[in-house]
Amino acid sequence: MLLEGEEVSIDSVYHGKKKGIAAVFQEFSLITQMTVAENICLGEENKHAFAGIINDRQIRKEAKRLLEHLGFDIPPNRIVGTLSRAEQQMVEIAKAFRSRPKVLILDEPTASLTNQDAQKLFTLINELKAHGTGIIYITHRMSEVYDLGDRITVLRDGKFIRTLDVADANESILIKLMTGKDIQQIFPSISYNPSDTVLKIDGLTTSSGSVKDANFFCRAGEVVGVAGVIGSGKSELLRACFGIEKAKSGHIHVDGVDKTNANTRKMIDSGIFYVPSDRKAEGLLMMQSIKDNIMLPALEDYSNNWGCLIRKNAESNAAHCIASDMEVQPLDIFRNAGTLSGGNQQKIMLGRSTTTHSRCFIFDEPTVGVDVGARASIYLFIKRLCESGASVVIISSDISEITQLCHRAYVMHKGMIKAVLEGNDITEQNVVSYFIEREEER
Amino acid sequence: MNNHSATQLSKNQAAHKVKHISLMLFLRLGALPFIMLVALITFTIVADNFLTANNIANILRQSSYLVIVAVGQMLTLLTGGFDLSVGTIMAFSSVVGALTMTWSIVNFPDAIVLSILLGIVSGVLSGILIGTLNGIGVAVFNVSPFIMTMGMASVGFGLALYMTGGVPVYGIPMQFSDIFGYGRLLGVSTPVWIAILLSIILFVLVHKTRLGRHLYAVGGNIKAAQLSGINTQRGLFRAYVLCGVMAALAGLLMTARLDTGDANIGVQFPLESIAACVIAGVSLRGGIGRVENVVLGALLIGVFKNGMNLSGVDSYMQTVVIGALLIFAVVMDQFRLKLLAKAA
Repeated sequence: MLLEGEEVSIDSVYHGKKKGIAAVFQEFSLITQMTVAENICLGEENKHAFAGIINDRQIRKEAKRLLEHLGFDIPPNRIVGTLSRAEQQMVEIAKAFRSRPKVLILDEPTASLTNQDAQKLFTLINELKAHGTGIIYITHRMSEVYDLGDRITVLRDGKFIRTLDVADANESILIKLMTGKDIQQIFPSISYNPSDTVLKIDGLTTSSGSVKDANFFCRAGEVVGVAGVIGSGKSELLRACFGIEKAKSGHIHVDGVDKTNANTRKMIDSGIFYVPSDRKAEGLLMMQSIKDNIMLPALEDYSNNWGCLIRKNAESNAAHCIASDMEVQPLDIFRNAGTLSGGNQQKIMLGRSTTTHSRCFIFDEPTVGVDVGARASIYLFIKRLCESGASVVIISSDISEITQLCHRAYVMHKGMIKAVLEGNDITEQNVVSYFIEREEER
Repeated sequence: MNNHSATQLSKNQAAHKVKHISLMLFLRLGALPFIMLVALITFTIVADNFLTANNIANILRQSSYLVIVAVGQMLTLLTGGFDLSVGTIMAFSSVVGALTMTWSIVNFPDAIVLSILLGIVSGVLSGILIGTLNGIGVAVFNVSPFIMTMGMASVGFGLALYMTGGVPVYGIPMQFSDIFGYGRLLGVSTPVWIAILLSIILFVLVHKTRLGRHLYAVGGNIKAAQLSGINTQRGLFRAYVLCGVMAALAGLLMTARLDTGDANIGVQFPLESIAACVIAGVSLRGGIGRVENVVLGALLIGVFKNGMNLSGVDSYMQTVVIGALLIFAVVMDQFRLKLLAKAA
């Protein structure tokens, strides 16, 4: 690794910062109990300290100056935990800017910003670029690549694929480089045979306020997409159908039976299964075997009636069948889930949903952090489910997933459903326009 | 010359092989078997009466109380919590059981069996009571296990002292201590039999039943467990109640051995039971651990205490050694995890 022509090896964030490299990652490095100013100056309080005693006023002053310079309207003495996600993102960016880095790494910085704030950030980036800062901008949003980038490097499965000038790139070239396949090859076409309504949501408002007055339904034999940016309430809408989010008003029906605020077990028993987006936080028991992970919701079906003893052979056989159906590799059901790749972990979570006689499958970001091979087989799995008469709901911030797989799509923004698109109307432009248009209203 | 270097080489190879095998064993089993081996060898050399049939029977009997408490403690550790009130539960059940027996024997002098039964039932019930309160606090009101069980430790200990005025309870039926304290079956003393029985029951419960799997799931990832439709509150609750029952049974057995009900019998058990589990590789974060290893872990502590007694180590220094042993075992375990991560 060379920095300004010199060989460097960077072994800590602190070291990197000293050398002039700063980064903003998707996972925030903010301490939520501290104020904005304390966070911005974290790790470098010394500059404002006398004999080890930190000068709070100086810190606040500096933070204020920095935030003003960046054009972010956040009071420096607010506690970070009380800020919105977008505001936290701004603090994170301010923190990285503070050290006037030579190289600034931004990992999906606009993921939770509104359009307006994103524009501010773009101006800043251009300003920094003009002042001689190198920017590494990691994104999956094509438009940002064209607007900001000079050169693009495409990586796939941890390998370098190609670097090209923005002028030479277009969408189909990039997609091919990113996935190694043409679009048609990854996304199967799924036949559309809608029949009875399985899940129906009427006028749902959650008590956390994350969803407001939403109407939604999905039928057997269709794939329904729910699109929106982070914090749009797209996950919460369906989490409310799985006993994780409380409904304040409105109704949830499964097969016409009222199941509003039923707990998770009852929803599973009535045929709904929700697979969360965050494998580590909500999905898997990382230190336990593939088998234990897959069979977790169905232990009742695999134990004796009298003593609750688990029938180990039946359980292992069932787990093995599911793992091999899902093409989990390596196919060793006694391996710890934590040792698998992201794609295989995702397959285990999806496989889990088939253990409980579900008829409505809700997949929250089913391909996040998953390699292309696994992605293709996950889409085939969705196709199999749908064509065998199940109802599939895909919650996704990956727009191509919505446009290529779904028969119908809901677009959410700020907790409200802004559009319901069907068939050929589900285009990238249409979907995105619904969350951009609304953002500008703000 | 050639011959010489050839033997040298094969010697090197053999040494290499031994090193490799012991490394693999260490990775697979952890430090526990090695510490056990070293302890056994050391104490055999230092104290000539250590490795005798009589003394081994002694170690087993002395360790049986800790084995029972430790496998109970393991249930709460599996869920990612712990129970600091096991010592208090022992004291409370001891005092309640002893008071019940003496009361009953005074009122119905002929009904010895009845009074023993009443004593056992009331003792176990008092353990269930504290376990239930712990369970409600942790599972329903989301009090951290640290605060909840430490608070209950104070409450129970205070109650036990209050009920007895701080004086041991005498006048327990002789038969109780004859059977459960000093009794023998096939040459093995009763507490050992009971410890074996309870360990087997817990083994089945933890490794073969739904409840066991739920405990691992709760400790492994409580969110994932909830999303799989598992009643995580019930799992947590049951872990604390069962831990309470185990501690109460150990308390009653101690009562039988001492022939008195005493509020001070369990003081060292919270530390020692957690130590036994942690030495045996149970994760403090929950979700990892095996009953048979915990039994071994409790035995290891028993071996250390007995061996140190025989080799004349000062009893205050013994406390120092137990604490150091616990920390050493955890350091070795961290080292093992690092090696494992490298190997994977």
